Amino acid sequence: MEKVAIIGVGQTKFEKISPSSHDEMIFEVTNAALADAGITIDDVDNTVTCNNDFWDGRTISSMTVTDASGSNRCTTTNVEGDGTFGALMGLMRILSGHHDVSLVVAQTKGSIGVPGLITNAIFDPLYDRIIGLDAINSAALQARRYMTQYGITEEQFAKVSVKNHKNAKHNPYAQLPLDITVRDVLDSRPLADPIKLLDTSPVTDGACAVILARESVAYKLCRKPVWIAGVGHCSDTYHLGDRDLADVSVLETAAMKAYDMAGIENPLEEIDVAEVYDAFSYMELMWMEGLGFCERGGGGALIDSGLTEMGGALPVNPSGGVLSAHPVLAAGLVRMIEATLQLRGEAGERQVDGAQVALAHGIAGACGQGHCVYVLER
Amino acid sequence: MTVELGNTGTRIYPNRIRLRYNWWLGSVMGRFYRDLKEKKRIWGNTCPDCGLVYVPPKENCPTCFTKMNEFVEVGDTGNLLTYTIVRYKVPFVQPLEPPFALGIIQLDGADTGLTHLLGEVDLDDIEVGMRLKAVFRDEPQGNLLDIKYFRPL
Repeated sequence: MEKVAIIGVGQTKFEKISPSSHDEMIFEVTNAALADAGITIDDVDNTVTCNNDFWDGRTISSMTVTDASGSNRCTTTNVEGDGTFGALMGLMRILSGHHDVSLVVAQTKGSIGVPGLITNAIFDPLYDRIIGLDAINSAALQARRYMTQYGITEEQFAKVSVKNHKNAKHNPYAQLPLDITVRDVLDSRPLADPIKLLDTSPVTDGACAVILARESVAYKLCRKPVWIAGVGHCSDTYHLGDRDLADVSVLETAAMKAYDMAGIENPLEEIDVAEVYDAFSYMELMWMEGLGFCERGGGGALIDSGLTEMGGALPVNPSGGVLSAHPVLAAGLVRMIEATLQLRGEAGERQVDGAQVALAHGIAGACGQGHCVYVLER
Repeated sequence: MTVELGNTGTRIYPNRIRLRYNWWLGSVMGRFYRDLKEKKRIWGNTCPDCGLVYVPPKENCPTCFTKMNEFVEVGDTGNLLTYTIVRYKVPFVQPLEPPFALGIIQLDGADTGLTHLLGEVDLDDIEVGMRLKAVFRDEPQGNLLDIKYFRPL
């Protein structure tokens, strides 16, 4: 695969309620990424935006953001899914040979609507939407299934939350830097058993942008390109009852494609830092298994071992992860941005020293129906 | 009409979208709800390639992609694969007042799980693996809640 690099990144401070409009957020991050890349909007020859109609309250939402992202009179399209999938489209545009520089912008203002109504609409109106499924209670079904299958405990889930909120204290963009204990998580307000408030990501307003460039252009423009060494994606079946919710085969397939492309044989040893999509505390443990950082069912033992803490052999979510800020659609692209900052040595107080190889991960759909995995390198 | 928040100078525009839909069921789900309503029968269908029995039935096998033409009736009893107790309120879309239980039930004869509600059970007594039986409602309307909930067998 021809080499493509991330040459510019930008993100907003993530907040529960931002006073910015959609246009203000999108204009801000587009300009931030351009400035970071040292280019102007005229150097961008195609744009991919990630917007969702229900979250935005605007249908064909892709067409509502072309002004603020500078995409008019330019090839532009929407990937209605997480920003990792948007970046995949931007990457493919360049690999097609028809484009050199892709701008990828993802955003959601979670504060403007009613998240429970929006996520209830994920589910099939012909079937189980009527029983009141939503993002939180469907995740609870998965969490319980995972616990039953492997004996993972709520305490082990809680450790993820403790770790990630503590990591967020060193991330100026994070919404929820917190000093909490396992006890605090276990005692927090139950939402849908076994998921409690502190096991759950917040509702967030935020946006981010990434600029990708082909190798020849990247070297001309950018002092610290971060290379996409490998990418993989895969999707599971739609209805929850048709899946084994504890099974991470689909993530494993996506990860293996990325590892093959990047020449990674032993992910635990060869990857220096990982940013994964922990929409709920239990998810980080499941994704560790699918990414091959531990064996199936080993997620609990992994968090117990301390390996994924800051200072451990493979720090996971030094940014605080999605538990600390969850701008829908943007959150996976933020993982790519955080991984990029790590590899550039620009991650400030959350820096993992000497990081050369990073992993970034995003999900789409209920209970991680789809996954997209990147291996990034200096 | 835009509204100022406090004295902040920030304005928001409260409004709502009113959307009505008539979704078409297709022949497979049409048959499922017709017989659920009129005969209290639960249909699945089976893939000729992998042999799995899907409940509710679907157009094609999600694994093999093969069209599924063979219908299989399944029982109204099954095992609880997973569950949760919902303790928060979302307006309009919840069928019961929280706290209420929902779960995934593998009906006898099916290879997949049915997402549904649990009832006539103390929430503290719910356990994975419980045997459950469908309780049908008195005035069926041709949707999933023609089964009111599943109760312990």
